[in-house]
Amino acid sequence: MRDKFIFSSWISLAPALTIIMVLLGASLLYAGAESLGYVSVIGQNEISFDAYRAALDLNSEFWVSLGFSLWVSIASTLISSAVALALAVWLSERRGNTDTLALNWNLAFPHLVWSVALLLFLSQSGLFSRWAASLGLISTPAEFPVLVRDRFGIGIILSYLGKEIPFLSITILSVLRSQAVGYDVVAENLGASRWQRLRYVTIPQVMPALIAGALLVFGFIFSSYEVPALLGVGYPKALPALALRFFLDPDLRARSEGMVISLIITLIVLIVAVISLRMGERKE
Amino acid sequence: MKQGFTYLFRFLLYLILIAPLLLFAAYAFSTRWFFPQPFPIEWTVGTFQRVVHDSQTLSSMVQGVGIAFLVSVLSLLLALPAARVLGLRKFRGRQLAWLLIFIPSIVPPLAVGMGLNILFLRIGLAGTITGVVLAHIIPTLPYTIFTLSSAFARFDENYEFQALALGASPLQIFLKVTLRMITPSLVVAALFAFLISWSQYLLTLLIGGGQIITLPILLFSAASGGNPATIAALSLLFVAPPVLVLAFTARSLNQHGNEIREQY
Repeated sequence: MRDKFIFSSWISLAPALTIIMVLLGASLLYAGAESLGYVSVIGQNEISFDAYRAALDLNSEFWVSLGFSLWVSIASTLISSAVALALAVWLSERRGNTDTLALNWNLAFPHLVWSVALLLFLSQSGLFSRWAASLGLISTPAEFPVLVRDRFGIGIILSYLGKEIPFLSITILSVLRSQAVGYDVVAENLGASRWQRLRYVTIPQVMPALIAGALLVFGFIFSSYEVPALLGVGYPKALPALALRFFLDPDLRARSEGMVISLIITLIVLIVAVISLRMGERKE
Repeated sequence: MKQGFTYLFRFLLYLILIAPLLLFAAYAFSTRWFFPQPFPIEWTVGTFQRVVHDSQTLSSMVQGVGIAFLVSVLSLLLALPAARVLGLRKFRGRQLAWLLIFIPSIVPPLAVGMGLNILFLRIGLAGTITGVVLAHIIPTLPYTIFTLSSAFARFDENYEFQALALGASPLQIFLKVTLRMITPSLVVAALFAFLISWSQYLLTLLIGGGQIITLPILLFSAASGGNPATIAALSLLFVAPPVLVLAFTARSLNQHGNEIREQY
């Protein structure tokens, strides 16, 4: 009976797992082969590590892009975690579901649209620039600070903050609201100050969930293409943008380099995700 | 005083949340809105009409809806049996199954798209609707399975046994008992599979290869150097489905919202 159960379980799982394993497995296999110089289109069938050497050469653009991507991902992750923590604690002291509904609303704006909105808000001829001009703060568009398509990735970071703060706030709020007994109230009765309650009760409670969420956010930002492509500059490029540029290069040999970079991104994201998963398990 | 601060803060929060829509509307429906003017003065529906009636916009929307619909249906069909087993049964290898389903939700679309690009070029799926649909299933399937399996985790099989004992056929049981009971989660899963596919840029670009043009692709190229009114009009068309879906599913999102999160 038990054996029959296991058997039928895997039969039910088979369609979904087959699709996932075939598509994902094949795509990673092809990516790996191409990164090793196995480009059948131009008849090159020998395995070589040339692309890895070229991509990881100390003078290559890879390192610049890696630095830029790390800066943007880490800054966005840390700032959004801090703001989300403050927002969630503030909201959890107030009753009602309206705020959660409001936070969910950001799902209505995919990253692409949210970036487009920032472009219209913050560019030098954008809405805020117009407002600054009509307040007499600036007189020409060029005087408005460069906040999108800037060298430091400020626009990219702002775009991610807008999306990740609501996401992390909801994650933290759901932990805070799921506490059956108000540990917070207990601590208060025992004479803990507001700061002490925050430091010793609330923050330790939400930390595992927050870190797990923050790692997912980091992985997502580190590997996503649209936002840096729209709100970034030609140099320094974010790592995914660099990978895609190599991949779409008319010179087919450059594709191998693109594959190498994309595989490195994938590897980093998978490692971060595994750590995140471990953190999430510890929560339970 | 403190109460006033709370209201002010809430007001600001809500303002930020609707600001993008107001912004798009201001740009899309105004004309001759020159630099120092803080707000549009002349309003028009001309730009919006031009964008909506443009044959490229129309075909991109039709293709986008078609692809998203197919992705949504296929994801549900694949997810239903898997989610039922994962929600209701304990069996050896369950952890492994979860892991396999979890992986596609974290592998970057960039890597998947680049790898599939080569494979699909070989087997003739590149630049076809079928190819794009297959590629979109990778990010949508994990989320439909997560959503449905949490519905099945709360599902009581005794209702099905009861129906069986009363002489219902398997098909009747499935349609009248099982489906009825998981309908709310089924609707959420279907809608969000639709939205994830609808808003997919990179996979469509890499697999569609310029043959399959959807709205995100038009919007992206417009945003890289088009005029603001066109960009805003395309953005409004692009967010219309998500805004409608969010408005209708707001309640159930308290349960499922954060399961969907990133890909989208």
